[in-house]
Amino acid sequence: MSTETSNSESTDPSALLEFRQVNTHYGAVHILKDVDLAIYPGELVCLLGGNASGKTTTLKTLLGMVTPTSGDVVLDGEVVNNQPTSYRVANGVTMVPENRRLFKRLTVKENLMLGAYLRNDRDGINEDIEYVYDLFPRVKERLSQKAGTLSGGEQQMVAIGRALMSRPKVLLMDEPSMGLAPALVQQNFELIEKINNEGMAIFMVEQNANMALSIADRGWVLLTGRVILDDTAEALRANEDLQKAYLGGGSGE
Amino acid sequence: MKEGKTVTAVVEGKSKRRTPLVDRFLFVVKVVLIGLVTIGFLAFVAQQISPDNWFARWRNPGATGLSADQIKGLVISGLSQGVFYGLIALGYSMVYGVLGFINFAHGEVFMVSAYTGYIAANKFSANGMWESNFALCLLIVLLLAVMVSTVTAVLTERIAYRPLRNSPRLIPLITSIGVSFVLQNAVLGIFGPGTQGYPQLPEWLAKQRSILTFEISGIKILVFLVTIVSMTGLWYLVERTKTGKAMRAVAEDKEIASLMGINVNRIIVTTFAVGGAMAGVAGVMFGLLFRAVNPMTGFLPGIKAFTAAVVGGIGNLGGAMSGGLALGSAESIAPQLILEPLGVPGVTQLKDAVAFTVLVMVLLFKPSGLFGERLSAEDRA
Ligand SMILES: Nc1ncnc2c1ncn2[C@@H]1O[C@H](COP(=O)(O)OP(=O)(O)OP(=O)(O)O)[C@@H](O)[C@H]1O
Ligand SMILES: [Mg+2]
Repeated sequence: MSTETSNSESTDPSALLEFRQVNTHYGAVHILKDVDLAIYPGELVCLLGGNASGKTTTLKTLLGMVTPTSGDVVLDGEVVNNQPTSYRVANGVTMVPENRRLFKRLTVKENLMLGAYLRNDRDGINEDIEYVYDLFPRVKERLSQKAGTLSGGEQQMVAIGRALMSRPKVLLMDEPSMGLAPALVQQNFELIEKINNEGMAIFMVEQNANMALSIADRGWVLLTGRVILDDTAEALRANEDLQKAYLGGGSGE
Repeated sequence: MKEGKTVTAVVEGKSKRRTPLVDRFLFVVKVVLIGLVTIGFLAFVAQQISPDNWFARWRNPGATGLSADQIKGLVISGLSQGVFYGLIALGYSMVYGVLGFINFAHGEVFMVSAYTGYIAANKFSANGMWESNFALCLLIVLLLAVMVSTVTAVLTERIAYRPLRNSPRLIPLITSIGVSFVLQNAVLGIFGPGTQGYPQLPEWLAKQRSILTFEISGIKILVFLVTIVSMTGLWYLVERTKTGKAMRAVAEDKEIASLMGINVNRIIVTTFAVGGAMAGVAGVMFGLLFRAVNPMTGFLPGIKAFTAAVVGGIGNLGGAMSGGLALGSAESIAPQLILEPLGVPGVTQLKDAVAFTVLVMVLLFKPSGLFGERLSAEDRA
């Protein structure tokens, strides 16, 4: 219950988003174990790990959709443990959720505008929606279509567009290439790189580890809720144990 | 990596398949129902063409048929009953949409509004304003009753349902039946079991008018107008405003709605409030039209409105209103169009039986309701 402030040495004022010794539980099941993470402005970081290692839980805890049992979540220098998701979204984090999770019965336009739900700056919103249309001309052609009737690839575009509409400083992405055709996966990674090059920090969970590491600056590897590796993307790609254990069958062949 | 999910879905699909015996039984029920409705209706047509027809005389030798005016009258009275079902059904449907359970206390919210309207109208009547300045009084009565029913709906959510937000859906459903008893008995305790009367309507409102050859009383016209205005307002709120968009988002996926920054609790409260307001409008109109209210006033309309919501496709607002109109019309028309030609005695007493037969038929032939989308397993697990 007590969310004591840990005086861990990882305190870093320049980080956008930080975990300090975070533990989370679902009921009695211990999921994240003493996790320390930090994401800095402009970075592209990826989080790797096998199924059920706690990757989605990490993202949900960052957003306040799951409450940590101990440790701190720090957003832009402020401890936000007790702040609801809406506060964190208003202050610059959002997520493209696993499986996209569009509002299927709402139109594409309505989905996009819900991304900007907390904003009142009309001009800024218009600017951002034009930016989304530029990124995804296909989306612009389908604004009044129900999101549930879009193809998987189109849904992915709308999900990313919806997240961008909140104008985040850090964009969390949970397995953005899941369920996409191989050709689209490549395109999707290029797009993520492009958004990142324009200055937005991205924290991406991926199963497609080799591809993710090829565009990322840094990476973490999670094993049953514990961070077991934390290094630059290059070093991780060169790490043979990791290649064997988690990344086997990627680009290796 | 994700095949696991599809595999389970297939397995579940198999285990849900009914046994052939049940299927055969349901098929027989369907055939019998359709057969009866068809024969009844054909016999009615035969009656209309010529009462001496052997087919018309077959089940009901005394058949005389109905005049055009009688049929029009049945339609009008069916529709004017149906709008109440529709207005109340909206509340069932909206709450089901966002929380996935049936709020059986909703009929009582309607009754509370009818009582509020009764108190306010009689106060005005006592000091003479009801007669001298009817329009203003009606507006105030309506506003008061809508306020009280809205507050009642919001309070029931806060006190009875919010603490149960994360429990299985059956639990708030049972609780709602309890809430329903609490409200009924509170009103019973305060006003006693007797029926209370609304004051007399002014002459210009009560008298019969003729519109497009339909004979209709002024108050029924008012009921239809108020319903149209309320429905338009609701449609605008749900389809055109930011709050409405948030309501639809919450109905579909609460977790992602909160990821958008939507305050899910506030939207749920808004949903109860809007449903309560609709029931509030219905309560006053009901009081004006039937001029009587008692603690059980909410019971049957509540159950029928729930039926209407299911008939129209629960979770769907247009469906709720259409379901209400369809149910009201069926109730009013079917006894004389279908049952009487079949030789069923005392048909005018059978409204309620007709309403629930309509429910059974809709569930047999289109379980998702007339206008409902198929609720997929992932939507309503
Ligand atoms: N709401 C929940 N209630 C209980 N247990 C949960 C809940 N959500 C996740 N878990 C459990 O927590 C563990 C970690 O789940 P999580 O979704 O974080 O894994 P993941 O690394 O994202 O896996 P995947 O690669 O399959 O998406 C799993 O064992 C999962 O069953
Ligand atoms: Mg996951």
